[in-house]
Amino acid sequence: MASYLVKRLLLMLLTLFGMSVLIFVMLRLVPGNIADIVFEAAGMIDDADKAQIEAELGLDQPIIVQYLQWIGGLVQGDLGFSYVSEKPTIEEIGPRIPITAKLALMALIFSIVLGLPLGVISAVRQNTKLDYALRVISLSGLSLPSFWLALLILMFCVQYFGTIPIYTRPPDTLWDELLLYSIPAAAVGFRSSALIMRLTRSSMLEVLRQDYIRTARAMGASNTSVNYYHALKNAVLPVTTIIGIEAAFLIGGLIVTETVFNIPGVARFLVEAILWRDYPIVQNLVMFIALVVVVVNFLVDLLYVVLDPRIKYAD
Amino acid sequence: MTTVDHSAELARAGANVTGWASRTLFLANRYPLGAFGAVIVILFVFAAIFADVITPVDPTSTNPAKSLMAPGGQALMGADFMGRDMYSRVVHGARISLAVGLGSTALGCLIGVIIGLASGYLLGWFDLLVQRVIDIMQALPLLVMALVMAASLGPSLENTIIAISIPLIPNVARVIRSNTLAIRELPYVEAARAQGMSEVRIAVFHVLPNTLAPLIVLATAQLGAAILTEASLSFLGLGIPEPHPSWGRMLSESAAEYVRTAPWLVIFPGLAISLVVFGTNLLGDAVRDLLDPRQRS
Repeated sequence: MASYLVKRLLLMLLTLFGMSVLIFVMLRLVPGNIADIVFEAAGMIDDADKAQIEAELGLDQPIIVQYLQWIGGLVQGDLGFSYVSEKPTIEEIGPRIPITAKLALMALIFSIVLGLPLGVISAVRQNTKLDYALRVISLSGLSLPSFWLALLILMFCVQYFGTIPIYTRPPDTLWDELLLYSIPAAAVGFRSSALIMRLTRSSMLEVLRQDYIRTARAMGASNTSVNYYHALKNAVLPVTTIIGIEAAFLIGGLIVTETVFNIPGVARFLVEAILWRDYPIVQNLVMFIALVVVVVNFLVDLLYVVLDPRIKYAD
Repeated sequence: MTTVDHSAELARAGANVTGWASRTLFLANRYPLGAFGAVIVILFVFAAIFADVITPVDPTSTNPAKSLMAPGGQALMGADFMGRDMYSRVVHGARISLAVGLGSTALGCLIGVIIGLASGYLLGWFDLLVQRVIDIMQALPLLVMALVMAASLGPSLENTIIAISIPLIPNVARVIRSNTLAIRELPYVEAARAQGMSEVRIAVFHVLPNTLAPLIVLATAQLGAAILTEASLSFLGLGIPEPHPSWGRMLSESAAEYVRTAPWLVIFPGLAISLVVFGTNLLGDAVRDLLDPRQRS
């Protein structure tokens, strides 16, 4: 186990290093840097001024030097400065992380609370009308773009409450915060709940065919007890693995949902930074997202060992 | 790598069918949801092909008199701020959406198959390298990867297709690789080698065809994801540029502001995206049930 952990950690570091090279190179494929954009927007071109700005930002250095400067700073905890606001990157990104983290957590809880029981019901009632209806609902959950769902919710609110629940100022109380985030969280979480529901269903169907379930029934256990106690306990194992996939899924959904609801989280910030060619922000944010995904996947693998004693990671 | 013999499959199910029409009917009976999905997809393909014929107005022509006109006799789905006909735009949007969806799925699958086959067949250092690169690419969500790619390539139809195809590669490569690994150990491959066939010939003509079933399953599953990603990219302003009528972009133009004043600008493009993705998802499920018996539910 110990050497497995070491191996996994080394692989994670390798992945993150590879990601840093990949993202750095990809961003430099862009024709034009921030100096070009600023000058284009201003409608004037003064080569001397432009060269000066490029020198200030270090954009005139060879690409390998730029990369080493970035990575050198990164390992020392220095993330550089935003090109746009000229504030330290960490000050720009830091305060936005809790907002997105809360949203993601609420969306995850929503998706589990909705997806898990519906998945069980769908499996228990396999091939009934209810099962068909639930499967169509879950499939439509996977088909609705989350930004459209968000827009529909906005439309609904305008129609029936006369107001749009979008972010205008930071919430004062915990209750305000819950209220403000619950709608976007539901918009994102609905899609994830569809994924959980589908997986729970197929996993339950597999478990329900096993011998120990028949034994439990033969011994007179009630349907509810068999379904929700004996079967679900084992069926839920594979479902935990998709929490890792879910993390990636949620980030994608949050990018558009934060944009629609005007929420100042990291996900929307990434889009703004990309549009502005704000390299330091984009690079560091992408690295942060990759870190989250990689760490979540690692934790899920460990959780799996805890939940299922049959699984042992060989060295 | 279960090769699927459809005739045997049909016979086992007790079907006495000959000819494509009765076979299609039989399959539609067996997979009603899948057939429904296929009908939706065919409708959208039809709309995309005959967009010019079935719409009365050019989707890019503006008409100030019709600005923000509500759906009705003069404009079936209303008109946008510039007075462009929404029905024309939604129908023409099917072209963009399907072009990007099919294009990026095909490109992603092509590259993924080549990489996966080479990786699973050659093994050694090449395989190791490919595995690590795939790990790296999978550490980023599809949309984030596509966003960065789209931004670095610049907005155009072709670049959007490329930007979406790249994040689709790892999944395909992984599935094809694991299938190749299993197939290359089978006796018939050894027999081919004993006959003196070149490795390339074995890989391309004897191993590759047996990985097609999982590839089709994967491709139909990814088609929906590709269409959704295009819509999201265009919604965020990093996908298809003007004047192409893209559903995602129509929604971003009409966002928060028109939610109050012109809801039809929000409803129809979104409905189109959801329907076409729903159709491909239904179809994808049926295709998986048909071609991949192990995952059958």
